[in-house]
Amino acid sequence: MHIHKYEKIWLWSGAVCLTIFLLIVGVSAYAMGNQPPSHMETIDPKKAALTAPFDKPALTKIGDNEYEAVMLAQAFTFTPSKMTVPKGSTVHFKVTSTDVVHGFQIPATNVNMMITPGYVSKISHTFDKPGKYLILCNEYCGVGHQVMAVTLEVTS
Amino acid sequence: MIDKRDAQLSLGFLSVSFMALFIGAIAGLLQTLVRSGTIELPLSIGYYQLLTAHGVLLALIFTTFFIVGFLYAGISKTMGALYDVPRRTGWLGFAMMTFGTILATIFILLNKATVLYTFYAPLQASPWFYVALVHVVVGSWLCAFSMWNQYYIWKRRTKNKLSPLFSYMAVMTMALWFIATLGVAATVILQFIPWSIGWVDKIDILISRTLFWYFGHPLVYFWLLPAYMCWYVVIPKIIGGKIFSDALARLSFVLFLLFSIPVGFHHQLLEPGISHSWKFFQVVLTFMVIVPSLMTAFSMFAVFETAGRKKGAKGLFGWFKVLPWKDVRFFAPMMGMLIFVPAGAGGIINASHQLNQVIHNTLWVTGHFHLTVASTVALTFFGIAYWLVPYLSGRTLTPQMNRLGIIQTILWTVGMAFMSGAMHLVGLFGAPRRTAYTTYSDHPQALDWVPYQAAMAIGGTILFIAILLLMYIIGYLAFKAPKGEMDFPVGEVEEEAAATPVILENWKLWVGICAALILIAYTIPFWHMIEHGPPGSPGYKFW
Repeated sequence: MHIHKYEKIWLWSGAVCLTIFLLIVGVSAYAMGNQPPSHMETIDPKKAALTAPFDKPALTKIGDNEYEAVMLAQAFTFTPSKMTVPKGSTVHFKVTSTDVVHGFQIPATNVNMMITPGYVSKISHTFDKPGKYLILCNEYCGVGHQVMAVTLEVTS
Repeated sequence: MIDKRDAQLSLGFLSVSFMALFIGAIAGLLQTLVRSGTIELPLSIGYYQLLTAHGVLLALIFTTFFIVGFLYAGISKTMGALYDVPRRTGWLGFAMMTFGTILATIFILLNKATVLYTFYAPLQASPWFYVALVHVVVGSWLCAFSMWNQYYIWKRRTKNKLSPLFSYMAVMTMALWFIATLGVAATVILQFIPWSIGWVDKIDILISRTLFWYFGHPLVYFWLLPAYMCWYVVIPKIIGGKIFSDALARLSFVLFLLFSIPVGFHHQLLEPGISHSWKFFQVVLTFMVIVPSLMTAFSMFAVFETAGRKKGAKGLFGWFKVLPWKDVRFFAPMMGMLIFVPAGAGGIINASHQLNQVIHNTLWVTGHFHLTVASTVALTFFGIAYWLVPYLSGRTLTPQMNRLGIIQTILWTVGMAFMSGAMHLVGLFGAPRRTAYTTYSDHPQALDWVPYQAAMAIGGTILFIAILLLMYIIGYLAFKAPKGEMDFPVGEVEEEAAATPVILENWKLWVGICAALILIAYTIPFWHMIEHGPPGSPGYKFW
């Protein structure tokens, strides 16, 4: 098939750009470990609130400046609803839903994942700046979706 | 003028399309007013109920009906009057789709289906809502069969190896649609209907989401391809140029068929249950589908430049000035085309694996598809309607309506700049999409979002004024404009262009490769979901 010289140049430059984009994304994912949350652990959604560790959702200190937040998402709140950690802490969030699909997002951070019933979602973040962080649901879950949020306080 | 009976069929689809557009636009206006905290809804109408109506009526109904109507008109124009069986099948499809649309609208208005247009399980709507969706999809399949049948009979009778470019693209668009909708039909028929009726008590959520997004991404290409048909086939004629290359136009459509389907995981990047390697694989395929859009951009600007130079334009960019900016048939699609540049760039960001984490489910995404489908595609469709509606009803596009059409296009562009611009910005700050007005107990971050939500309402209001103007123009063109003959602009190919290779019309080959790519991209992760899936979920009605 005949392709005009200028079009060849245009398409090659496009292809080179796309390859560079993919390389950046790929290196970030595979060499630097920046993968989107993709955990495979499953749980019976009807028994989620009775299954360990989700039977006792809580923030636990697991090391120096390291915390695990086991959380339940249910219409229309997260449990626990108030958490406090000191500045510089890394928090490992472990979340599941007892009912419908929810979202889990902390604005102004890269914490953002889907909470699908039947699966355990995990994400970690280090909080370097003090403040009252909003943890909100960003997937429509029903009539009270817009009130579904809790806070995480990072003290200085 | 095409055969009168075909014109009626096409007009039938366009009428439902514009009615859906109007109702959907009212919902859209109210949503922006609610979300900015300007008004509260009366009569216990819910925000999410409006959101469901807006999504279903615009994303599914307005687009599909417009596309099918436009394709029928173009097929009749380029392959000749529809044969009896294809025309009858077309009307049957119309009846099914319209029945489904009315049924779905009723159940949304009754607040029995406030599950948004993506109807994610385990939110459970009335079974009638899902039955309605099946009617829309199966009705559209009848239209696909009818167009393929027309193409088949035409080829057999005329013994042509190559079909007209428009008809080829129509067949390809419906092929893409059919293959894509198999996914959504499977989840609705096999999962949602038995579960919502109560024949089974549980639904596998991840499988339903995966089948939905198998459909959800090619859906956006189903909206885009008819706009590309206007750009490739109609625009060259309007601006007094020639089609740059028939072969490359067809090749770009082949690439869309191949690469727009096995990419649904880029909508599920932040979900558990799908390994990140399969997500990354589909991200790579997603980037492949950018190539045919780059080809289209080149072809379009090549047509603009050659047409301009023929008119005597000088200098590097002189051709840009001599384009028919005062002809709405060109101006509206051209604005859509220009908007597609930032819209496409935003799309690349969204699909970029970990970058998705910044914007997923924020208003950025809403801003993104209001640039793509609600501007690029919608403006092109408006541009088509301005000549197609009078063409089909035996009337003419008057200079006055042309002027109003240009004002309408400007209003739309300005309104969308406000609304989508504000959505993109506030989305970057983290404001979630699909959320009614809230300040999260006066949290300072959420309070910072409110001014942007006000800008969205200003944009939404301008857009609604543009819709009212559009309704007036379309109504005038359909019923009031002076009678006369309009032109259905169909471009001709540049004389020195090389002949089109017949292999581009080898359907078995392209559908075969398409199926192979889908199997490669989906079989293993899908099998994993079935094998290792958690127990299913009962239904919830949280509205």
